[in-house]
Amino acid sequence: MTLSVKIRQTFEDFALNIDFEAPDGLTALFGASGSGKTTVVNAVAGLSRPDEAKISVGARVLSDTQSRVWVPPHRREIGYIFQEGRLFPHMSVRKNLLYGRALARDRSDEITLDRVVEMLGLGDLLVRRSAYLSGGEKQRVAIGRALLARPNMILADEPLAALDEARKAEIMPYFELLRDEFSVPILYVSHSIAEVARLATTVVALEKGKVSRVGSAGAVLSDPEFTPAGVRAVGAVLEAKVREHHRDGLTELDAGGTALFLPKLAHKVGRTVRVRIAAHDVILSRDAPKGLSALNILSGKIAAVRAGDGPGAIVSIDTNAGRVLARVTRRSVQTMGLAEGQAIHAVVKSVAVAPEDVGR
Amino acid sequence: MMDWLGPEEWQAVALSLKVAFWAVLATLPLGILTAFAMVRWRFAGRDLLNVIIHLPLVLPPVVTGYLLLLTFGTQGAVGQALQKVGIVFAFHWTGAALAAAIMAFPLFVRAVRLSLEAVDPKLEQAASTLGASKPRIFITVTLPLILPGILAGAVLAFAKSMGEFGATITFVSNIPGQTRTLPSAVYAFLQVPGGETSAMRLVIVSIVIACAALVLSEVLARRVSRRVGKS
Repeated sequence: MTLSVKIRQTFEDFALNIDFEAPDGLTALFGASGSGKTTVVNAVAGLSRPDEAKISVGARVLSDTQSRVWVPPHRREIGYIFQEGRLFPHMSVRKNLLYGRALARDRSDEITLDRVVEMLGLGDLLVRRSAYLSGGEKQRVAIGRALLARPNMILADEPLAALDEARKAEIMPYFELLRDEFSVPILYVSHSIAEVARLATTVVALEKGKVSRVGSAGAVLSDPEFTPAGVRAVGAVLEAKVREHHRDGLTELDAGGTALFLPKLAHKVGRTVRVRIAAHDVILSRDAPKGLSALNILSGKIAAVRAGDGPGAIVSIDTNAGRVLARVTRRSVQTMGLAEGQAIHAVVKSVAVAPEDVGR
Repeated sequence: MMDWLGPEEWQAVALSLKVAFWAVLATLPLGILTAFAMVRWRFAGRDLLNVIIHLPLVLPPVVTGYLLLLTFGTQGAVGQALQKVGIVFAFHWTGAALAAAIMAFPLFVRAVRLSLEAVDPKLEQAASTLGASKPRIFITVTLPLILPGILAGAVLAFAKSMGEFGATITFVSNIPGQTRTLPSAVYAFLQVPGGETSAMRLVIVSIVIACAALVLSEVLARRVSRRVGKS
């Protein structure tokens, strides 16, 4: 099912004019704060009514200001995961989980309480009062609660933003599960490039109330022109298969025939994972490097060199493993004579790739 | 207690309990609705309604009683209309209950308003995204969360109803067995020579009931807030 969204709204200080489609999988609505992300999700949920809107899921129209269609939120069959969890404090975890289930029209047995409890590891929490849960626990319950309402679409508004790094790492795999195990389109609002790189199948980038870019996560993030969070956040996403876990603590991946060595991953052999390689962690070499401590050497051709306003430049390299971005100085570009079409070797230190940069 | 209190005294206590019970019962739904409207709805005349609700709190009770007499008395427009359908307030215990309810109303509404303002509307939004209609949200989310406020307000309203004197005596007079509530009885006993012992016994009863109400509300509030997860 495809979610299609068209919204126009004028605020005092800026105007929102947005048009995009979110196919199955996880669509990340990505942009800085104030770019209008939350307004979009709330309009999809029916929690706000924009001046002009046309929103539909599959063939079902949820909002259409032109033909005066407006489905109230409780009939939209959505599952909304909020930043702050928003669990009902007067209910136990179990009652929170079942709140939407009793009201769902579709009560087929595919998503049962037992399955959700097992998937999210909520067994020990069921009888607890939701007011006494930690942030990570609350978010796990919120995911389960949304899922048990049997939604046609899941909305998540910065669900990890209120959590510390350790909790984020704990919750992120559950969104991967949602994306991979349930055939429900997910609209996921985030301003974190790491989250988007790891979770998104489609990226819709918003800038000042407008859609600046739409595409697969790989394509959007590997675009050197796309620097919404500053040059420091630039990095390409590669897809690779887990080939072997070595005894010395490294995991070997197969990225389009090239071997990649990363610090040990928890993923099973044969699984496909996504690896985000930050542009500033990549070193370039014109000759095949020798006597280097770095384990990963990706050979390819320079697709583009883009110099920024500062001392840096971003070089896009097409390799067997996919597109890699490297951030180097303009001085290096000059002294090495880097130009489009040249053969080049991209060097990545294994330990530079943090576990948070790997998802599946 | 029946032996300790004389028949007249017992009558006054029983009547006061009855009046207070019905006054609180009538206040509950109306007061919750009013508080909800004041906090969540924006409508024309909201400020005016607010003033009218609070008037009995600031007006001399005698004035409130007189206004009630003018409206609901045998000569009053509303009183006459209601009389045709068999509802009588004038010089009847129901009039005492009405006076008590009107006097207790602002106290109750204030208590409920305070707790409603503390309920995060985001929780209600979350309930709506989970498929709950507005009435269902109110019953399953809002109401349980404002229960401590409702209880506190009800106890206040009960205490106020037990002690209401000025509006009651002006509106429905001081008829033994009909409108002579506990405070009216204390007043009446103090008007006759030798009535001090009876008055004193009723004063003791008043103090006991007031203390019992306070303790009960404390216990209930504590139990509820534990359930709601604040504490």
